[in-house]
Amino acid sequence: MKIVALAGSIIGSKTKTAMIKVREMIENKYPEHEVTLLDLADYTLDFSDGRNYFEYDGDTKYVTETIMGADAIIIGTPTFQASIPATLKNIFDLLPVSAFRDKVVSVVVTAGTAKHYLMAEQQLKPILSYMKAHIVPSYVFIEEKDFLRKEIVNDDVLFRLERLIEDTVLTSEAYEIIRAQKDEEYDF
Amino acid sequence: MEKYRINPSNGMEFGLYSLGDHIENPLTGERISAQQRIKELIEASKLAEEAGIAVFGVGESHQTYFTTQAHSVVLGAIAQATSKIKISSSATVLSVSDPVRVYEDFATIDLISDGRAEIVAGRGSRVGAYHLLGVDLQDYEEIFEEKLELLKKINEEKYVTWQGEFRPPLKNAEILPQPLNGQLPIWRAVGGPPASAIKAGYMGIPMMLTTLGGPAINFKHSVDAYREAAESSGFDSKTLPIATTSLFYVADTTKEALQGMYPHINGGFQAIRGGGYPKQQFAQAPDTRDALMVGSTQQIIEKILYQYELFGMQRFMAQIDFGGVPFEKIMKNIEVIGNDIIPAIKKYTAN
Repeated sequence: MKIVALAGSIIGSKTKTAMIKVREMIENKYPEHEVTLLDLADYTLDFSDGRNYFEYDGDTKYVTETIMGADAIIIGTPTFQASIPATLKNIFDLLPVSAFRDKVVSVVVTAGTAKHYLMAEQQLKPILSYMKAHIVPSYVFIEEKDFLRKEIVNDDVLFRLERLIEDTVLTSEAYEIIRAQKDEEYDF
Repeated sequence: MEKYRINPSNGMEFGLYSLGDHIENPLTGERISAQQRIKELIEASKLAEEAGIAVFGVGESHQTYFTTQAHSVVLGAIAQATSKIKISSSATVLSVSDPVRVYEDFATIDLISDGRAEIVAGRGSRVGAYHLLGVDLQDYEEIFEEKLELLKKINEEKYVTWQGEFRPPLKNAEILPQPLNGQLPIWRAVGGPPASAIKAGYMGIPMMLTTLGGPAINFKHSVDAYREAAESSGFDSKTLPIATTSLFYVADTTKEALQGMYPHINGGFQAIRGGGYPKQQFAQAPDTRDALMVGSTQQIIEKILYQYELFGMQRFMAQIDFGGVPFEKIMKNIEVIGNDIIPAIKKYTAN
């Protein structure tokens, strides 16, 4: 299974810290699966201009094709102006309408405070649903006080991240079985 | 209808069209040469004519996985290779061309073919042509409306005086050569949603509507909106032909049709759109109510007649070569269309 851990901002450290932790946890627990961390701060992406994702060059092509090639995607997003950052929305805009069909997507949210704790529920999940993702229902919400010097220090958050990863992998495996059953039935 | 060279008493026309896509055959992993693809298109037009198919269309897309960028040149060759079948674009991306040049090309094809040429003008559903030919996508909407107006004017007036934003003005210009009988049928290519259909209606121009899949009834709204818009602009919608188009694959049994088509439609979508065709949706497609034309001969006949009841269209256009379909399968489809499908449709729709 190919898993992409996406850090959806080009600024700040909390989301990046969380996604580095996610990658480490996946590598330890599921060494048989391939995990790629895409930290958008490492890339220079074009804004979506109407082309198909594979028609871009360089970083834009690499990032979008890596996402499209994944079986499961764990999206890490900070909270900017009560919403997801534009850099993450741009990723969605670059991809085709049903980009997440047959993919499992789970979510890690970071924020300064708990003021916008429903942001992912109200704004991110509708986008993922529209793009046909199988969404892992629970997400992990991590706030400023859960971090200390670029480490997650709240055990509750660490346990929840473990569960999120487990649910992401198991959900993906379950959908693989469902797909195989359907394919057998379809016979084409 | 006569103005558009359509005689409804002969029943609904059945046509074929190609985007000129150039994709590997997913079953062999091999892609034929561009030359072979173009020659096979010309060959298919001859077979289509022999099978009694009424129209053959070729479209243009200016990007990877396509090979009929110069679609009017291919249509010129088809005009020479055939003698009865109507020759159409499917579609001409008018926004990236000069309407004068487009008219010159198709008027010439009309002369070569003894009056069989038509233009189907669209905005294109891919952006490659815009990037390659230097047309700003920001003008997507306006540039097409302006150019289509001009194309229509050229068709209707002997000396054209015109001024617009996207092309130098014309002053008493005589556009030559003139088509065989003075005018060409000019259609507007319309995607699924009603917005573009309504624009076609306002303009009082025939509509070629893509119904690539999903419930056919979803497209009813576009057809109704088109006719309503035409009436509200003072046109008699009964004089305006409508064509619908769909991907098409027929075989002896439903199962064979699904198995035969799926690798091509899935591979083609993967290559051109970057995502395959969902199997679950494809599995529903043989249902009479679904617009995607896949199934046994009888199922296809029922689907077309169901749509005829819904839309009352004058023409149905089938795309039988999408996604690297090998030529022997194309021949087989043409044969079934000619032998079984067209006679059944004519029986029901001709007076």
